[in-house]
Amino acid sequence: MTNLTDLTLTGIRDGVAGGDFTATEVATAFNTAVTEAQEALNAFIVTTPEAALAAAAKVDADRAAGKPLGKLAGVPIGMKDLFATKGVQTSAASKILEGFKPQYESTVSQKLWDAGAGLLGKLNLDQFAMGSSNESSAFGRVVSPWRRKGDSAALAPGGSSGGSSAAVAARIVPAATGTDTGGSIRQPAAFTGISGIKPTYGRCSRWGIVAFASSLDQAGPMAHTVRDCAVMLEAMAGFDPKDATSLDMAVPEWDKLLSSDLKGKKVGIPREYRLDGLNDEVAKNWEQGIAWLKDAGAEVVDISLPHSKYALATYYIIAPAEASSNLARYDGVRYGLRELPDGANLQEMYAATRAAGFGDEVKRRILIGTYVLSAGFYDAYYTQAQKVRTLIAKDFEEAFKQVDVILAPTAPTPAFALGEKSNPLDMYLGDVFSVPASLAGLPAMSVPSGLSSEGLPLGLQIIGRPFDEQGVLNAGLAIEQRAQFSAKPEKWW
Amino acid sequence: MSVDTATVAKIASLARIKVTDSDLEAMVPELNGILAWVEQLGEVDVTGVEPMTAVIPNSLRLREDVVNADPLTGGGIREAVLANAPAAEHGFFGVPKVIE
Repeated sequence: MTNLTDLTLTGIRDGVAGGDFTATEVATAFNTAVTEAQEALNAFIVTTPEAALAAAAKVDADRAAGKPLGKLAGVPIGMKDLFATKGVQTSAASKILEGFKPQYESTVSQKLWDAGAGLLGKLNLDQFAMGSSNESSAFGRVVSPWRRKGDSAALAPGGSSGGSSAAVAARIVPAATGTDTGGSIRQPAAFTGISGIKPTYGRCSRWGIVAFASSLDQAGPMAHTVRDCAVMLEAMAGFDPKDATSLDMAVPEWDKLLSSDLKGKKVGIPREYRLDGLNDEVAKNWEQGIAWLKDAGAEVVDISLPHSKYALATYYIIAPAEASSNLARYDGVRYGLRELPDGANLQEMYAATRAAGFGDEVKRRILIGTYVLSAGFYDAYYTQAQKVRTLIAKDFEEAFKQVDVILAPTAPTPAFALGEKSNPLDMYLGDVFSVPASLAGLPAMSVPSGLSSEGLPLGLQIIGRPFDEQGVLNAGLAIEQRAQFSAKPEKWW
Repeated sequence: MSVDTATVAKIASLARIKVTDSDLEAMVPELNGILAWVEQLGEVDVTGVEPMTAVIPNSLRLREDVVNADPLTGGGIREAVLANAPAAEHGFFGVPKVIE
């Protein structure tokens, strides 16, 4: 029999529908894989084997009764622990939310269950999605299933969706949800040799997702193939009146319309992304990607995004500013941790609770955010950043008058070792290629495109026009078909 | 602009995060490193540029004026609202005494 855990999302769905195996067999196989890997990888904060089995049993019963099956029927998935799941701890990987059991379900997770998916568990992440390595989780770091050739050093799975990327790459889940604020789907996908897409801002409802930076946060799928991402995104996306920034647009049939024929399409190569000292292998892989898209029929055009060099600094003002406001709600009153020192008054309780509950990176960002929003500094930092953000978005608008999609590396290096980047600023600089599309709200995806000389995955990023997930997925498919990425981490756990 | 220990203590107090003196000592250089780096935005000419307010143009909607139109965000769910409270008392959120 096929090894069920090696199957893609669509392979599982079609196999269940066709009766090759049951949803219960699939859920059981993944539950076992999750258990086996947990100690070594720490990809999950909470596992929910019984929820996966219950969803599978329902799919099997529906199939037996001849009822129509959903888009994801029989597919067990991992849920980033930033999505509220009713009755299942939702922690955002922070002590301040430890034990929090939402009384409601997030819109995106509900849509996935309605499509027939089941919950294998809640995936680890950087605390409040703040980080690029998964080291800021209060529940321990996630270890990538990948290792450098001949070396057993523990590597970062990327972040913030590092539990998601590690779990998909290790074949302990066939697909997972991620969220992307400045690259948190794309960078971990690139680090672990999987695909992931951040759709246009507003495609997926933010209702029930623990907020980090609301003008940037977007949910998206992480899976083995471009097609899997298309199918899962169809299930996740859609208008939600409960999110004021939700796009009131029909969800396209991305999967059905997938085409890797890029004849007549123009691909932009932003010259500002050719950084001095860019990692050689990343640069070569980018060249290879350009050749692949030409081979798929696209015309390659040199473009300019002149304000690119300011994107990171802009992001690291805006995201902390929004975070400092969003995270004001954690005060020890309504949910989560409460620290009440003897004789403390209300204000002292707030301060003690937040000191004990938030991790260092979260505190750092709240302080930066509070500072840039404070009287006297607001205009110099925050307003200036929002103006530069307008310029960055305009750069893309201009570029998309000439080209249909943009091709760039996803990250400036392959995965680094855990503990390697101890200075926060060094960590922030790793987001250089992913942040601009976030600031402009554009759809962007990462697809695996090769291995470094040390045997680590490299990823290419495709950025598209607003609402043109199709163009992004199509170019992604063209790369996927040519890269033929089939490398898997060797099982050491 | 750089921050000193007193400024960081002030920001931490505004953000309602208790910090110890040794926390402060570690935070000052870190925050200054980040602030010095974001200073580069000052060199961008933003004459006549409007600050971004919405990344994807969208208009604000009004929901229908119906009570509990969506049960997920409606009322009458006191138990659910209080379910995760660290100190729920008599149907309310309990907090330390605020009136002397």
